[in-house]
This record gives sequence, structure tokens and C-alpha cells, in this order.
Amino acid sequence: MSSVATTQIKLTPERPRASTRARLQDALPKIVLAPSFAITIVFVYGFILWTIYLSFTNSKTFPSYVITGSRAYQRLWGWTFDSDPPSSWYTSITNMGIFGFLYIGICLALGLFLAILLDQKIRGEGVLRPIYLYPMALSFIVTGVAWKWFLDPGLGLEQTLHQWGWTSFHFDWIKNKDFVIYTVVIAGVWQASGFIMAMFLAGLRGIDGEIMKAAQIDGATTFQLYRRIVIPLLRPIFLSAFIVLAHLAIKSYDLVVALTSGGPGGSAWLPSNFMYEYTFKRNEMAVGSASAVIMLMTIVAIIVPYLYSELREKPR
Amino acid sequence: MSAVATPARPTASRQNSSGINTRIVNRIVIYGLLALFAVFYLMPLFVMLVTSFKTMDEIQNGNMLSLPKAPTFDPWLKAWGETCVGLTCAGIKGYFWNSIKMVVPAVLISTMLGALNGYVLTKWRFRGATLVFGLMLFACFIPFQSVLLPMATILGSLGRFGVTLQNDVGTSFGLGNPTVNLVFVHVVYGLGFTTLFFRNYYEAFPTELIKAAQVDGASFFQIFRRIMLPNSMPIFVVTVIYQFTNIWNDFLFASAYAGTGDAMPMTVALNNVVNTSTGVVEYNVNMAAAMIAALPTLIVYVVAGRYFVRGLMAGAVKG
Repeated sequence: MSSVATTQIKLTPERPRASTRARLQDALPKIVLAPSFAITIVFVYGFILWTIYLSFTNSKTFPSYVITGSRAYQRLWGWTFDSDPPSSWYTSITNMGIFGFLYIGICLALGLFLAILLDQKIRGEGVLRPIYLYPMALSFIVTGVAWKWFLDPGLGLEQTLHQWGWTSFHFDWIKNKDFVIYTVVIAGVWQASGFIMAMFLAGLRGIDGEIMKAAQIDGATTFQLYRRIVIPLLRPIFLSAFIVLAHLAIKSYDLVVALTSGGPGGSAWLPSNFMYEYTFKRNEMAVGSASAVIMLMTIVAIIVPYLYSELREKPR
Repeated sequence: MSAVATPARPTASRQNSSGINTRIVNRIVIYGLLALFAVFYLMPLFVMLVTSFKTMDEIQNGNMLSLPKAPTFDPWLKAWGETCVGLTCAGIKGYFWNSIKMVVPAVLISTMLGALNGYVLTKWRFRGATLVFGLMLFACFIPFQSVLLPMATILGSLGRFGVTLQNDVGTSFGLGNPTVNLVFVHVVYGLGFTTLFFRNYYEAFPTELIKAAQVDGASFFQIFRRIMLPNSMPIFVVTVIYQFTNIWNDFLFASAYAGTGDAMPMTVALNNVVNTSTGVVEYNVNMAAAMIAALPTLIVYVVAGRYFVRGLMAGAVKG
């Protein structure tokens, strides 16, 4: 690219003014990109450093800039289920583990399953696909409101089944502090699994038909065909889907708020809820910042190797 | 003739019919499962929709899944114009417009900047372009919790500066206005995505065309306006839809920077409506409010579903 720009300079008459203009033309692309880049550096990376800094201070209601060491982190990790009151941070990360594992696992399994079913030359695929996918267009708040109603023992599913005569049916997870996190999983899976289906479907459509035919001629059953050939070929999709889901899971905040309002006694909190509560509502800014830093580190550990390999893959 | 053919026929037809039978059973199972999942995905929307047309009486005594016996539009009207958000009881219409006022500028600005960035990053490559792009790309993935507090501090100071300006000069230039703040925040944290979309799209755009235009003396902006833009329609649609959906649906920034007062966007207002615990909870009104909040993105999805999916994919599977 730059070679063309140089020729251009040579072509223009050698008047000093023109060369200044040409030099400006040459720098123009960088000038155009500069504001966006500067914004990113300041508001993303600068702010991240700022948050990290705050996590090492003793900021409470207002930010304080005197470094007091890793007090906030010690508070987070030294505060266990046995303490009084029991640790909300441990609750949050335990929930994160349960939610992350089930959400990612079920979305991947269900998405793949639906994609394979839809790939069997289904009539009406054009109708079914958008039905599976539309929840992704809704906000987590709307999803939360809808499922809150649907899972409410007095109004929703339980009540309906009672009316239909199944009076022993009991489903109050949304009000139960030990099970409330599973309702977040249900709503989360409902929202994202259709999208994962679409990713897998695109992958399936990209598989060379010849490979499938060859395997069928060799006498492979449908099950073998999928287990031995198709699913291994979908590996890159698994990776992308995992990244998307892991990223969504760690960022999940709104869903917990709308669906459970945090659950009985904060029992449905994820680290994102913990961060918000401690920073903005409980005036424990340093502790909130420390939890944000831990969230960031988790994402970094997942995303950076992925981005690195993606950007490296096609050398130019 | 027929005598010869008969012995062969039964076996052939038996094989055939048993083959057809398993195939039919297979098809029934597949279609059955697909239909079952369609019900699973549609159920919450269906319940929300029918509930929003029922009277409170019918909700308390009837079945969640039954259609409204006497459909009424009142809950929708009430949600739009009368329901209480916190202490103000003027419906959600104001908050709906708040969201529009926030979404439109934020989407336009971030998309335009993304287009320019993508153009520079692919057609005017310079040393370190990949690093610049990598840094911007990573910004898409950070948990926003890690920038939430510094941004709140900065917006607070800008707001105080705005008050000073208001007193001294007579105008605050939008500083301290929550809607302006949210537009700014969404542009800043949407840039990574829009740049990613346009960069990947322009990557495939023939560089020869641009070289030819350069030789003809076209400038940087002329090439952008005359060559790139007219050929960017699909990616513009994808990016606008993606940004629109994301910003409309955002709750974290909205609740942190405009969580109270008149400037709340729709998502925050909806959450407040649903969690207002004064008096009888009007489920039909809540559901109507949720439907109103969902409609803009749902309509976009119905009208331009293909572009919506492409945007999600582009955001997910970095090309």
C-alpha cells in the first residue's frame, strides 16, 4: 500500500505546499484511526488499570488513592462459607461454576442436537429455525421477566399442572435458595441455545457432501457417521461456540437481576452481581474492584489465547 | 409371467415396506422432537402475549396457557401511559423514547467510525495495524465490570464540569446529560465490534480497485465515499442491527449511569415496573410492558432475521 502512496508523492509537482499536502494525505489514514484507537487505549486499557489500582486501595464509598495492599483480595478469599455471615463471594463463584458448566454444556449439546435434526432435509426448516433463534433478539431483562412468570409456583407451570390434575407436581426452584441458580440456567439455555444451533447448522452445511457419501458407501450407520466423521469436523465450531458461551456466562448480570432479583439472600448472585452490589450499593469499592479484576483475569485466560491464535492463523 | 413374478414380489415388497416403515418412524420421531423444542422456545413468549391481553380476574382464576376469553387491550394502554416506574406513574412511554434517543445516535456514530476504521485497517495497512486491531478487538470481550467504576467517576466529573459551564457560559454542551453519557459509553464500547465487522468485510474487497482509483488521483475520503460505501450495504445492515439490538437490550450501563430519574432507558424502567411491590402486582401490565420492551428488537429480527444472524456469527466467529 505504502508503495503506491510514495509513487503518488513523486507524481505530484515538486512544490513545497503540494508535498505538505501529500504528506498529510499519507498520514490521513492514521489520523482517521487515531481517535478510535486513543479512545480504546484510555477507556478500555486505562480504565482497567484504574480498576486494578482501586482494588489495592481501601476505597469505600468514594475512591481513595492510597495503596493499602491486597486487603480487598484477602477479604474476598478469606471470607468463607463458615464465616458469619457466610461469604457472598464464595456463593457467587460457586454459582458461576454451576451456571457456567451447565449453561455451556447444555447449550452445546442441545445446539448440536437440534442442528443435526434440522439438517435431515426437514420440511419447514425455514419456519423452525427462526423459532429456535428468536430468544437471542430479546434482552435478558425481558427473558427474565417472562421466565419469572413461567416458573412462579403460584402462577406459572406448577399452577397450570395442578389445574390439569397433577396436584402432586411441585416446582418452586425460583424461590428456593439451593436451586434458584438452576432456573437461571434454564432461562439462559432458552435464550442462547438457538444461536448455538445456528452456528452448528452453518458448520454442518459447510461439510463436504462427498465425505458423507463415501462413509455411507463404506456402510457407516448414521450414528457412526456423526460420531466418527461429522462431529470431529465440527471442532472449530465447538471452540467458537465455547468462547461465545463462556464469555456470555461470565458477563451474565441482567438475567439474574430480572429473573430472581438476586435470589433469596443473594443466593443467585454471579460474580457480576457481586461486583455491582459491592461497588454501587454496599460502598465497598475496593472489594468490588477486586472482584471485577478477578472476572477480567478469567476472561483474559480464555480469550487471549483464542484471539492470539485467530490473528496468527492467517499470516500476511 | 405373473407366476414368475409373484414369488419375487413378496420379499421385495416386504423389505421395501419395512424400510419405508423405519423411515417413516424416523421421520415422525425427528419431526416430533423438532415440534417439541419449538414449543419450548415459543412457550414463554406465548404466555407473555396471552397474559398481556387478559384481565387480572382471568389471570388469578384461569389457566396460564389458555387464550384470553375476552381479550382486552387495557394492560397495553396502562403499561404505555399509566403504570408506575418507581414513584412516577406515567407509563413507560417516556422511557421507550429515552431508549430511542440513546440508540439512534449511538448506533450511527459507532457504525460510521467502525466503517472508517475497517477501511483504514484493511486498505491502508501500516506497521502495527494488526496490533492496533488486536487491542481494539480484545476490548469487545472484556467484562464491562472492569471499566464500570472509572467510567462512573469520569462521567461524574464531566457532569460537574457541565454544571459549571451551564452557570458560566449558559450551556453544558450535553455534559452530565445521562442520555448523552450513555450514547458516549455505547459508542466507546461498541467500537471494537463495529471495527471488527467492517474490517472482516473489507478484507475481501478487491484492493486493485482502490489502487486503480489512487492512480487516478482519488483521495482517501473520495475512495471511501465513492467506492467503499456504495459496496458496503450488507455489512451496514448487519452492523446496524447488531448494534441496535445490543444497545437497546443493554442493562448494565443503563442501570449504572442512568439507573434512576427520568433518563432511564427501557430495560431499566421495565425492571423497575416488574419489581415495584406497591399494591397489587398487575401481571398483565407487566407482561404488556415486557412485550413493548421486546417489540423493537423482535420486529427487527422478523424483518431482517438473516442479517441479524450474520451479525451474531460475525461477532462470534472471527473471520
